[in-house]
Amino acid sequence: MKSRNLIIFGLVVLAIAPQVLPTFQVTLLNYIGLYALVVLGLVLLTGVGGMTSFGQAAFVGLGAYSTAYLTTTEQLPSWLAWSAGSPWIGLLIGLILTAAVALFLGALTLKLSGHYLPLGTIAWGISLYYLFGTMSSMGGHTGISGLPSLSLFGVLLDKGEKIYYLIWAILMLAVWITSNLLNSREGRAIRALKGGQLMAESMGVNTFRSKMVIFLISALFAGISGWLYAHTQRFVNPTPFGLSMGIDYLFMALVGGVGSVWGALLGAGILTMLKQWLQDWLPLVMGGNGQYEAIVLGLLIVFMMQRSPGGIWPLLVKFAPASWRNQDHIKISSSATELPRRDLPKKGKLVLEACNVTRRFGGLIANNQMNLKLHAGEVLALIGPNGAGKSTMFNQLSAVDTPSDGEVLFLNQSLKGKSSRQVAQMGMSRTFQHVKLLTSMTVLENVALGAHMRGNKGIISSALHLEREEEQRLLKEAQYQLERVGLGEHLYTEAGSLSLGQQRILEIARALCADPCVLLLDEPAAGLRHKEKQALAELLKKLRQEGLAILLVEHDMDFVMNLADRIVVMEFGEKIAEGLPEEIQTNPAVLEAYLGGAE
Amino acid sequence: MNFQIATLLGQDGLTNGAIYALLALSILLVFTVTRILLIPLGEFVTFGALTMAAMQMGKAPKLEWLLLGLVLIDCVLDLYQQIKYHIDRNKMKKIALKLGYALAMIGLLNNLPLSEIPMACQVLLTLCLIVPLGPIMYRLFFQPLADAPALVLLIVSIALHVAMVGIGLLLFGPEGARTQPFSDTGFRLGAVMLKSQTLWVILVSIFLIVTLFIAFERTLYGKALRATAVNRMGARLQGISPVFAGKATFALAAFIGSASGILIAPITTLYYDSGFIISLKGFVGAIIGGLVSYPIAAIGAIAVGMIEAFSMFWASNYKEIIVFTLIIPFLIWRSMNSHHVEDDE
Repeated sequence: MKSRNLIIFGLVVLAIAPQVLPTFQVTLLNYIGLYALVVLGLVLLTGVGGMTSFGQAAFVGLGAYSTAYLTTTEQLPSWLAWSAGSPWIGLLIGLILTAAVALFLGALTLKLSGHYLPLGTIAWGISLYYLFGTMSSMGGHTGISGLPSLSLFGVLLDKGEKIYYLIWAILMLAVWITSNLLNSREGRAIRALKGGQLMAESMGVNTFRSKMVIFLISALFAGISGWLYAHTQRFVNPTPFGLSMGIDYLFMALVGGVGSVWGALLGAGILTMLKQWLQDWLPLVMGGNGQYEAIVLGLLIVFMMQRSPGGIWPLLVKFAPASWRNQDHIKISSSATELPRRDLPKKGKLVLEACNVTRRFGGLIANNQMNLKLHAGEVLALIGPNGAGKSTMFNQLSAVDTPSDGEVLFLNQSLKGKSSRQVAQMGMSRTFQHVKLLTSMTVLENVALGAHMRGNKGIISSALHLEREEEQRLLKEAQYQLERVGLGEHLYTEAGSLSLGQQRILEIARALCADPCVLLLDEPAAGLRHKEKQALAELLKKLRQEGLAILLVEHDMDFVMNLADRIVVMEFGEKIAEGLPEEIQTNPAVLEAYLGGAE
Repeated sequence: MNFQIATLLGQDGLTNGAIYALLALSILLVFTVTRILLIPLGEFVTFGALTMAAMQMGKAPKLEWLLLGLVLIDCVLDLYQQIKYHIDRNKMKKIALKLGYALAMIGLLNNLPLSEIPMACQVLLTLCLIVPLGPIMYRLFFQPLADAPALVLLIVSIALHVAMVGIGLLLFGPEGARTQPFSDTGFRLGAVMLKSQTLWVILVSIFLIVTLFIAFERTLYGKALRATAVNRMGARLQGISPVFAGKATFALAAFIGSASGILIAPITTLYYDSGFIISLKGFVGAIIGGLVSYPIAAIGAIAVGMIEAFSMFWASNYKEIIVFTLIIPFLIWRSMNSHHVEDDE
């Protein structure tokens, strides 16, 4: 609760500030607010999503120039003549243009590996800068002047002290929206981007869409900032929208702390003041006038990346009293209704089938003519010595990889051409051999990610927190699955601080949260203690009882022999045996594969 | 446009394209070996050109102080590690050698009649001054971050670029500079007049590309770098030091960058901040090559130079925009052909 008091105190200070501060300081605060709005978008993009953009300044420019042109031109296009140069139409058109460019750039680069977005935005930032500078209708390098002031509810915002309130109100709204969004189903999907996209896709998250959403939001924040900027300055020219400003925005985000919404405010504040101070002070030391602050800022960023890549905000948080730091736990109301469950196939029905699956990597045949069948209500174990091709087989079955020949049928449908996301939606859920968790998120949130496909409320209701009822249902499901696997007392623990065995169990809870009919487990017992293994075996038996089909790849023979209904043994990419556990234990081919044959 | 103008533009395009190709190659080299997108490559270009210009005006280039400063920091860090861990005689020798080198350079630059010595010597001095900056920068700025995510490396790269532009302004001032051409003669090939500097640029570029190719195909060190590019961990397990690989590629990049600067200084006036745009055009080439293919990147870079030259004629105001929108079709093509979800390291 303390943190809420702190926010209220901050808001009061913000409200009083322009009444007591001199005009120059208010102007500075206006700039900080405008910058912080842009930086907030970068926090979302870089800190949360793990991507980055150098083109934010160009989006600011697009917002600023749209309104500058529409409010000052004497020849409005005829279809806009009715608007009579209103700044609000300027805002609308500016945001539409910004969104269009962001969608285009995103569509080009977001499917590619991480380097293309920054490079693409550099090119976009430079191009727009030159475009503004050359187009005579946009005033060339001299720019456009004489923009009208905004007026709101009949109050003309023609002074810095007046527009101050609008700037900071919009910024606070943006902070609220951003934190709401991060704290929701969509937000979990966005935060999952950093923890490995394969995992997110396997939980049914459309990672491309999540990336696009945050890129779009960050561009729109920048566009709004540009609109405010244009009507605060009442003058625009290309300089503040060039690439170097785009780099400055990123620096602000990094200095403040890219992992938290408050880092945006802190970073914009610190860097604006520091720049101001360096510009006054450095020329006195270095002599002459030039942009020497660039040297200091550049080296500062390098130093920060080496020493404290999280920025200044986390350092501040470390110094805060512990009672402030403990965030309020998300409360799960017991009255939330349960999520609907899928109808499981009848016990004994064939659910997953591999038909002559062959996978070649160049000359290497990792899987050769593999056949296996998995029925509802059975545990099938896939075993074999190291390098037998089990993991490759697992990838074919879970649609991470496509067979070179043959096909995999899931519920009578071929998986050819299907993505792991589509397969997840059909009811297949999996765990990973190398645990893939979001280590800084709580156990509860990690598991709730598994239920992603069972909610349908979108970005807007998440941003406004209109989806609390559904959110409660998702969290309740996550809590139920966690209690079921025996992690009920760790709901609010950071996932990274669990032991490896517990992390594996967490992955199973996450997979169960998706309400699957087939569960694929990749070495679930590795790293577990004896008691934990027994508990896991009990859990899997219970799931089998309920009618789930379970396929596990495992090395622990005791575990497998006591649990599995049937066993498939692989060696050198081929099936060498299949049958009941007792048959496998005496099968000569299996004995030879594991122990070496008698010469 | 007549034939005369077309050949002139073609020459310009080829000259710039050859430079962009060189830059694209070193960008790819650094990227594949170290995962770093070397944005500050352009600053090596301007440093090279402006150092030559300073020498031809008979002034000792102030860049010597940057070299001395970085070497000092480097040596202090070395000493600190020596004291903290263990003393190794060799290390002390190395420190003395580095300091000696920097001081010798300063001695040479301040005592030679710089504007009167032959141009080849000026070129040599420039390279000797700039190339060591590459490995030192790698050691100071990137080596502590060798295992950091690619995003952090990119940010450090951008920050270093920003700082180096500021340092460029501090050392060389805001005035632009142009150097004397390598030779004055022109060549006549049928009806076409060839500028001699164009020939120089193209010949040197081809020479460098061929040399690099041979070095990477035939020498052990070249193979070691290629191995690192293919698989960092694997190369490490074979005893190839990642620190060595990083320093070597940065030295090569500094060499190629400053050599490019020296080559184009007689053709275009360069300012302390001109390097960025030049290296970005190298990046356009590298992107066309998908950040992996050397030959496609080189061809792409030459195309960039050509398109830039011809758009100068048709739409000179929009030249930069045209060049940077060149990447769009390649991004579309790559985007359409990528189906798999990539897990970045």
